Amino acid sequence: MRRRRDGRDERVSGAALELRDVLKEFPGHPPVRALVDVSLRVDHGELVAVVGPSGSGKSTLLNVMGTLDRPTSGLVAVDGVDTAQLSDDVLSGVRSRRIGFVFQQFFLLEGMSAVDNVANGLLYQGVSPADRRERSIAALERVGLGHRLWHAPNHLSGGERQRVAVARALVHDPAFVLADEPTGNLDSRSTGAVMDLIHGLHAEGTTIVVITHDPGIAEALPRQVSVLDGRIEHDSALLAGVAS
Amino acid sequence: MTAATVAPTGAAPATAWRSRLRPGDVWRVGFSGPRARKSRTALSALGVSIGIAALVGVLGLSESSKSALLDDIARLGTNLLTIEAGGGFGAGDSALPDTAPVMIDRIPTVSASSAAWAVEADVYRSELIPEGETGGLQVVAAEDDLVSTLNGSVADGVYLDEVPGDYPVAVLGSVAAERLGVTDLDRDTYVQIGDDQVQVVGILDEFPLAADLDRSVFLPVDAATTSYDLEDSPAVIYARVDGGDIDDTREVVPGTADPENPEEVTVSRPSDALEAQAAADDALTTLFLGLGAVALLVGGIGIANVMVIAVIERRGEIGLRRALGATRAHIRRQFLTEAVILSALGGVVGLVIGVGVTYAYAATQGWRVIIPNEAAAGGFAAALVIGAVAGLYPAMRAARLAPTEALRG
Repeated sequence: MRRRRDGRDERVSGAALELRDVLKEFPGHPPVRALVDVSLRVDHGELVAVVGPSGSGKSTLLNVMGTLDRPTSGLVAVDGVDTAQLSDDVLSGVRSRRIGFVFQQFFLLEGMSAVDNVANGLLYQGVSPADRRERSIAALERVGLGHRLWHAPNHLSGGERQRVAVARALVHDPAFVLADEPTGNLDSRSTGAVMDLIHGLHAEGTTIVVITHDPGIAEALPRQVSVLDGRIEHDSALLAGVAS
Repeated sequence: MTAATVAPTGAAPATAWRSRLRPGDVWRVGFSGPRARKSRTALSALGVSIGIAALVGVLGLSESSKSALLDDIARLGTNLLTIEAGGGFGAGDSALPDTAPVMIDRIPTVSASSAAWAVEADVYRSELIPEGETGGLQVVAAEDDLVSTLNGSVADGVYLDEVPGDYPVAVLGSVAAERLGVTDLDRDTYVQIGDDQVQVVGILDEFPLAADLDRSVFLPVDAATTSYDLEDSPAVIYARVDGGDIDDTREVVPGTADPENPEEVTVSRPSDALEAQAAADDALTTLFLGLGAVALLVGGIGIANVMVIAVIERRGEIGLRRALGATRAHIRRQFLTEAVILSALGGVVGLVIGVGVTYAYAATQGWRVIIPNEAAAGGFAAALVIGAVAGLYPAMRAARLAPTEALRG
């Protein structure tokens, strides 16, 4: 295990992602408490559903888990590293290397081929263009889009676009992938294909957190964490732990 | 399955997980926006193009015309003196003495001289023209060496030096030919001078150093003396000075031409006027330069405008890039680069247009094309600076945007 210059162990957790006693307040009168007492541990290799109705705080939870927003208090450790003391620049670095994002709106850049969109996942690591391209092609083949490498997003179906976005989230080998309503903009057939892909990646060892409002999607995943009013209402892993 | 499934991967300290954007990728990212929105890119670069085209074109044209003028001066020579009667206040009807042409020719530093006398007759296209319509033309008796002394040239036909002296023929100055409606001498052409029809044997090119002569019709001195009333005293004498200081020669001319009343002799150096014209900055040039600067400013504001809109429109992209690991500085650099690319594009297009216009216009005028390097380099540098300044505020706004807020769009 690596040590910091002062000799202390830098790692605070062995999990891919760990939240401990996280509180998130937004300023107001009175302040809005979006997350209260949230503790959640996602181990390497897990596939977890975070499920909750809109307004339950799951978007805030996604932002905090993805280091896009800082908690008011509590610990957020990405791949074992406490993010509280990290500067905005270093947090960007954490995202560029350790976290993969998949969004409901895909967020693919028009005027760029599928390969170039996926390659953006490596852009901010300073990987050379040739390596970016090579690894992007491999990632697209992994999500079953080897035949759509040079298509622009507007020449792809919704399901294909989301698979490009998944490839972009995987291309840099993150500690975990955060998928925010990945099937929210898809028809039922594409939804099936994307969920099959997520299960397949999980089977290959990828750590994935799916945020969804759809209990049907959540139930199909190995572990469900339900969120209500900013609190974790139910975590199937803890229940299983209690049960055993 | 393998290492990825089992606990801590890589185990690098967080400070080593720094974001990094390669310099080449800064440009690649900067180009991606303008490339994806081509028509908007073209329109937003247009303002700067017009500004740069105006600046380069105006500077190119004024320099080219100036150099054409200087070429003219060099060709015509700056060593010509014009000697006329007239001068001091109360000089009255002063006139050069009859002997002046001979005396001037005797000055050692005068290599060539030629005189002209006013003829008291008017010239018309035909006898049918009413007497009042002289067209402002004058009839002049000129010596054979007038054209050579002035470095003039013949446009059509011949000058008087190729015609036996007492033949009553006429040669037209360029303006005189135009006003009399004589464009060429393909057929025998006659003009009415006084009571006589006189054949035209030649048409002259312009005399840039003696515009008066352009409005003149020239007759041989002998023929003029026989047929018309000729003043005894010469109206004007032209002298070429060779060797020695022209100013020294200029000082001895009045006393030589009219020893009795040297103060009544006016000596001028017609090339002075052309040189002054070449040196003077044309007011119109200054005006167009100002307009170009305004166009450049408006172009810069246009780019700033487009960039502000782009930042609002592309919040999603900004959020995505932050999620992919871009730092605030990377976002700022991206939009700044984009603005500079837009204005540089405008600058290049403007440069091409400006140079093209200069070439096209210079070709119609027969000028040598001169594009001052400072105009080209300065114009392009101005475009870059404008792009950087215009992009600064939008880029800061883009960088300030919080990733969560950007992704909400």
